[in-house]
Amino acid sequence: MTDYDAIIIGAGHNGLICGAYLAKAGNKVLVVDGRDQPGGCASTREIAPGFQVSDCAQWLQQFDDAVVRDLGLDKAGLQVGAAKRTIALQADGDHLTIDGDLLRGAGIGTQDQAAYQSFRQQIDVFAKLMLKLYRSRAPKLVEADWSDRVTLMKLGLGLKMMGKANMQDLMRLALINIYDVMNENFDHPGLKAALAMDAITGTNMGPRSPNTVYTYLHRAMGRQLQQGGVSQVMGGMGALGTALQKAAEACGVRVQLGSSVQQILKEGDRVTGVVLADGSSLRATAVISSADPTTTFRDLLGYQHLETGMARRVAQYRTRSGTAKLHLALSGLPAFSGLEGKALAQRLVIAPTMDAIESAFNPLKYSECGPSQVFDISIPSIEDASLAPEGQHVLTALVHYLPYEPDGGWQSQRQPVLDNLLAQLEHYAPGLKEQVVASELLVPPDIEAAFGVTGGNWHHGELSIDQALMMRPFPGSTQYRTAVDGLFLCGAGAHPGGSLMGLPGRNAAQEIIKQGVLS
Amino acid sequence: MNAPQRDTMLLPTPFHSRVEAMCELNDWGNWMGYTTPNAYFDVELEYFAIRSTTGVFDLSPMNKYRITGPDAEAFLNRMVTRNVSKLGVNRVGYAVWCNDAGEVMDDGTIFRLGEQDFRLCSYQRADDWLHWCTLGFDVTISNESEDIAGLAVQGPTSCTVLKLLGCTDLDQLKPFGIAHFTFEGAPMMVSRTGFTGDLGYEVWVAPAQAEALWDQLFELGRDYLIKPIGSYALDIARIEAGFLQAHVDFVPSEEVVRNGRTRSPFELGLEWLVDFSKPLFNGRAALLAEKARGSRYRFAMLDIEGNKPAEHSFIMKGDKVVGTVTSAAWCPTVKSNLAYAQIEMPHGAVGDQLTAEIYYQRELHWTRLMAPCKVIDGPLFNPKRRRQTPAPPF
Repeated sequence: MTDYDAIIIGAGHNGLICGAYLAKAGNKVLVVDGRDQPGGCASTREIAPGFQVSDCAQWLQQFDDAVVRDLGLDKAGLQVGAAKRTIALQADGDHLTIDGDLLRGAGIGTQDQAAYQSFRQQIDVFAKLMLKLYRSRAPKLVEADWSDRVTLMKLGLGLKMMGKANMQDLMRLALINIYDVMNENFDHPGLKAALAMDAITGTNMGPRSPNTVYTYLHRAMGRQLQQGGVSQVMGGMGALGTALQKAAEACGVRVQLGSSVQQILKEGDRVTGVVLADGSSLRATAVISSADPTTTFRDLLGYQHLETGMARRVAQYRTRSGTAKLHLALSGLPAFSGLEGKALAQRLVIAPTMDAIESAFNPLKYSECGPSQVFDISIPSIEDASLAPEGQHVLTALVHYLPYEPDGGWQSQRQPVLDNLLAQLEHYAPGLKEQVVASELLVPPDIEAAFGVTGGNWHHGELSIDQALMMRPFPGSTQYRTAVDGLFLCGAGAHPGGSLMGLPGRNAAQEIIKQGVLS
Repeated sequence: MNAPQRDTMLLPTPFHSRVEAMCELNDWGNWMGYTTPNAYFDVELEYFAIRSTTGVFDLSPMNKYRITGPDAEAFLNRMVTRNVSKLGVNRVGYAVWCNDAGEVMDDGTIFRLGEQDFRLCSYQRADDWLHWCTLGFDVTISNESEDIAGLAVQGPTSCTVLKLLGCTDLDQLKPFGIAHFTFEGAPMMVSRTGFTGDLGYEVWVAPAQAEALWDQLFELGRDYLIKPIGSYALDIARIEAGFLQAHVDFVPSEEVVRNGRTRSPFELGLEWLVDFSKPLFNGRAALLAEKARGSRYRFAMLDIEGNKPAEHSFIMKGDKVVGTVTSAAWCPTVKSNLAYAQIEMPHGAVGDQLTAEIYYQRELHWTRLMAPCKVIDGPLFNPKRRRQTPAPPF
């Protein structure tokens, strides 16, 4: 006897989306999560009385509009803020603004201006092709079935249609690094660095690392999936989780929070349910995990329930991230030199050059805390006054790079690193330190502990070509199925990968329905 | 001393000084990196020692791994295709293990020394794979290959000789049983196992006791016509008895580089070793799929007309090549010309009449022989003494 058609582990955005689509198709679905809030990495938390921050994901950049429409997220209360410009802060206060296709300030030349527009056009061509792949399961190459062959044919046709020059460029670029691509296209160091930031966020890679063109393209999918670019979610990112829960419940999903899955139950040779923290067990035709693959297979199922080759793939799956989160509660609006009024509400990037990013990355390779970092900053309380007491503000920043486990441990390193980060920000925003009411630094192990993402990697595993598409998360567990009957994946560890996108959850549900798993 | 006079690329076994002294032909081979004799004095006489008296074979180069810990049984059950839970303490089991694709990686024997204590003897070095297999299991693996010296003591008089050595009541030991004795004040383990299909034992001691063991065996066994045997003689005996040889009858999957050259247990006639009632073992899903789909090859034992060994022969069904021979020998005791062949499905079922294309040469004159052959059901050599307990005295 089963209690549900499907039990989904994790009420992150992908878990809720997968559940909602399955329930819409008439299935009895339970979503369970150990946290008290829905949304997983789409989370809001109070860091000091009256000060709320999006304490994991900071930007909504590539959330699939189709999911918003299908699930009626607007009606469920989702309010996405205005599209933001990216302002790359320069030391001299003459900042570079990237506003859609337009570049302003910092002595940007007409050549770069023109180059930027044609670069964006080319990236859009590539991204449109990738969209075909992203909105469905990734086709297998060797054991391709009929539907895989159709996808591959469409893909081949798409490649051909983009023209010889673009096709050659895509083949050439796909495996190199963003550093070289930026240098090929642009002159302005600040422009190159600001764009390169998109390629390294949430990764364990520097601009010169191979695979960073792929991660850049992944990020650039935002223009295809969500009109507008980087935005904040009103009420903090947790509001996305709340809206998703509401929408999922409207579809008939039962969402059970504060109740974590301790174990995936395997009986005989198939997965039959889950065991919860209180010791109770629930049975379902399918268990669908939106937890990352390492958590799913190593911690919840256990290596001993996998064949050795698969256990080995799980063990070798790369899940490190060098991205940390800085949260500040401020007594007033910070004074960034050269920025006024609404400009402060935009996305602020501190990365003077690509070499500065690469230099910040170098110490990470040796698990060291480097002397300088690069920042991707949001002051969300300007657009959304509900996030801080009147006249006061919160600032959040994605900080690259800090190691998972520095020498001496985070216990001794945390305060000096935090002080150093504030000192670095102080260069651009004099007086900031004086305004700090409360501060916290979430380093990768904190993110791991708070959100259950192995390695603190919110992509649920490095998004590199060897762990992407038909190889995500690893051969033998692709196309949302796993090596174990009855167990499926629907999280960022499944194709097409991480970020608040919603596609793994949506694709997984569609695939599970199509395959008739639950019927 | 065992150490040779100079450093050599091939290693000596703990018995090397004694082996070398008796190796009249000075005909050496390389067995997994160790210097081992192909033949000592005469291949056929060595073979007849196995079948008529006692042959002694140095099997120290076998890789030996100790697997201990609370999860040792579960660990092995996940690794090998057979059910290790059914193996009692002081029992030995033959096993194969596969990768996830159901391709045979190696075969070997599992010695259950205690509830949570096993020894795995493998043909290949398996350190890497065993290490990966430990993920999720509370076990300790140690490579004790160089800590244990082993001799196979095989043949009708082997039990008698070993009893003279102090193995009291050894005749009571059942096939695949293990007994423990003391030799020169040190532990000596004896298992009723072997690679000859005959009454026989394998004797395991520390390298420090190796030379004394050899000396005493040959001293005590003189009246029972004990002889050292090399790998050529053993090869005839194992073909006669129906045993597979890794690297000969299949290529361990880790060493295969060409697509499709690996073999599954089914393709090696080892279906009896695959226990699908276990919910999980490496290769299970792939082997279930193979079972449903059908295998590519069938392992066949061929009884071939004539006396020319069908080495490397093509096997024909009518005009069509349907397989090749992996092992072949004229087997003197059963007086049959036997071969193992990999036959493409659906050919090669028991009773199938095939033809072996045999080439042989006499004084630079090559002859091509199309020898009729028949697929037989199991080995022809299977004497009572192999199974009898108590072991009959000879």
